[in-house]
Amino acid sequence: MADATPPVIQIQDLTKTYYIGDLAVPALRGVDLTIQRGEMVAIMGPSGSGKSTLMNIIGCLDTPTSGAYALDGADVSGLSDDQLAEIRNRKIGFVFQSFNLLARTSALGNVELPLVYAGAPDRRQRAIQALDRVGLGDRINHRPNELSGGQQQRVAIARAIVNHPAILLADEPTGALDSRTSEEIMAIFQSLNREEGITVIFVTHEQEIAHHTRRVIYIRDGVVQQEEGVEAPIDAATLLAHRVALELESEESTSEVPA
Amino acid sequence: MNLRQNLGIALESLRANKLRSALTMLGIIIGVAAVIVLMSIGSGTQATVVSRISSLGSNLVFVRPGAPQQGGVRQAQGSAATLTMEDAEALNDPARAPSIALVAPEFSTGGQVVAGNRNVSSRVVGVTELYPDVRNYTVSEGEFIGKQNVDARSLVAVLGSNVAANLFPDSTALGASIKINRQQFRVIGVLASKGGTGLGFEDDVVMVPISTAMTRLASQRSVQGGRSVSVINVQVVNEQEIDEAKEQIAQILRERHRVTGEDDFTVTSQEDTLSTLTQVTGVFTAFLGSIAGISLLVGGIGIMNIMLVSVTERTREIGIRKAVGAKRRDILSQFLVEATVMSVLGGGTGLAIGILISRLVSGMTLNGQPLVTVVSPEIVALAVTVSAAVGLFFGIYPATRASRLHPIEALRYE
Ligand SMILES: Nc1ncnc2c1ncn2[C@@H]1O[C@H](COP(=O)(O)OP(=O)(O)OP(=O)(O)O)[C@@H](O)[C@H]1O
Ligand SMILES: [Mg+2]
Repeated sequence: MADATPPVIQIQDLTKTYYIGDLAVPALRGVDLTIQRGEMVAIMGPSGSGKSTLMNIIGCLDTPTSGAYALDGADVSGLSDDQLAEIRNRKIGFVFQSFNLLARTSALGNVELPLVYAGAPDRRQRAIQALDRVGLGDRINHRPNELSGGQQQRVAIARAIVNHPAILLADEPTGALDSRTSEEIMAIFQSLNREEGITVIFVTHEQEIAHHTRRVIYIRDGVVQQEEGVEAPIDAATLLAHRVALELESEESTSEVPA
Repeated sequence: MNLRQNLGIALESLRANKLRSALTMLGIIIGVAAVIVLMSIGSGTQATVVSRISSLGSNLVFVRPGAPQQGGVRQAQGSAATLTMEDAEALNDPARAPSIALVAPEFSTGGQVVAGNRNVSSRVVGVTELYPDVRNYTVSEGEFIGKQNVDARSLVAVLGSNVAANLFPDSTALGASIKINRQQFRVIGVLASKGGTGLGFEDDVVMVPISTAMTRLASQRSVQGGRSVSVINVQVVNEQEIDEAKEQIAQILRERHRVTGEDDFTVTSQEDTLSTLTQVTGVFTAFLGSIAGISLLVGGIGIMNIMLVSVTERTREIGIRKAVGAKRRDILSQFLVEATVMSVLGGGTGLAIGILISRLVSGMTLNGQPLVTVVSPEIVALAVTVSAAVGLFFGIYPATRASRLHPIEALRYE
């Protein structure tokens, strides 16, 4: 079965070296990684270990110094800037820790952006659908500064999925959010992964967030150090439902006190 | 990514930085307005000169002494005295010169004109009775010099309206006695003012019979022994026959002067004078235009400067656009459109202001001469095209810089 569909991501001996003047800074020193279509994977590791560097290369935002990277079975290591832009547009959705929304543009405008560059028809309708998908159907005309952090991150997710990408990449998507909001973002990721079969890869510093996946990859000093399988991943939707129940209970108990 | 979306993005970004956009556009506004105003004054002057010269009569041909120079420009007037009254009479020959209608020789000199205790220095022109018909003069009081005056070398004078007004501010000039270079003359007529239609000096003149002028006011004999004249004014039967008339004149005069090599006279038509003057005023207009063009250039550099600032400021935005799939040419055209929109909006405003100013200026007088401005469609087209080109040209560098930004570096930019 693995032979029938190639892995969505296949990376071999990937390196990336930055140069600050004459000083070489090796960020990745030979990463091997294979991710199958439909997987949901978390990447963890200490600060400066090369997680963002790896994500940027997977997301075709940056190019490796050496090594092979095949996306959907096709080698992308030798492509030009414009060809990479095309791949980012059609195959990849990227969610950043700092949201990276256009400040002066409405939620709708932000979500339409990939469709604009794809020259796609029915942009407005498709953007509204994507916003509905992340539960923001009632906020389409709000600008980023009129939205909470969690809502902004949902707009960013809607933008990432609007063009039906094969993979959704997220570099510390919950890094700027509280635990409750983080849980909501995880719920969206899980549902996109399960219901739409989108491959989801995200970076996190929190063990609890990482445990929403079956597979956690640990990176240290620019190489994959180890992998961990998670027997029973946390289901964000169930957890959220529990929380709501708990809150209701505590509210009832406090209201009983005066009586 | 199409033009309409780029226009939308450009307008939104200009709106977001209203003051800065306005200040940037100011450079272009001033540049275009300056081009419009200066060029309209230039072509207004040209139009005035052309219409005044034409008002003298477009079927006029002048014969002057001296060899022709290239481009129709002659040596200093009177550098050779080779035209005589006899030459003028010879031209008046319907058989040999059928294209010629009237011949009016003139003999110009200058003189001190005195009446009582007033005196002016004025051009004094010796003329024949046909002069008013050829040069479009009319008499407002009295009468013009007649044939009998020319034959008798009478001491009579006809005053130009300015001279009459200066010498006789309170009384009528008619019948009065004046002195030209200490010779006593009687005023028999006053000319009607040519006013705004002329070249501005036609009213500063005193006319006397040509015979009187030659014998009493100057005594100059030509090489051939005849009495020399300054100019022979020739009226051609109609405009179509000007070239024939010029040829007939040349033939008669070559024969009379026994010319073997170079002509010793010059025949110029009103047309020739016009084309020379149009050339001169054209250079003048282009000169004014290029001065204004420099301010347009400065405006363009202003646009480039602001676009560079804008690209730097919006580095993150560029990163975001690239991250979701914008290609180089998408970013390039976005910033090019923005620069062009700015310069075209500035150009349009400058155009409106320029037209307004040239309307206002149009009524004013400069050194007593009314300023005339003409905003031709060519000037408008030029200003608009140039301002759009300025935006495009000065937008290319900043836009190229934007399009080459690396997505990750752009996203990381603070
Ligand atoms: N543009 C750059 N120029 C030079 N060095 C860089 C650049 N980007 C990253 N690095 C270096 O590469 C290494 C890996 O950086 P990276 O951002 O991938 O780490 P990370 O694992 O994402 O860390 P964090 O958890 O703090 O986000 C670091 O040592 C960093 O200093
Ligand atoms: Mg990082």
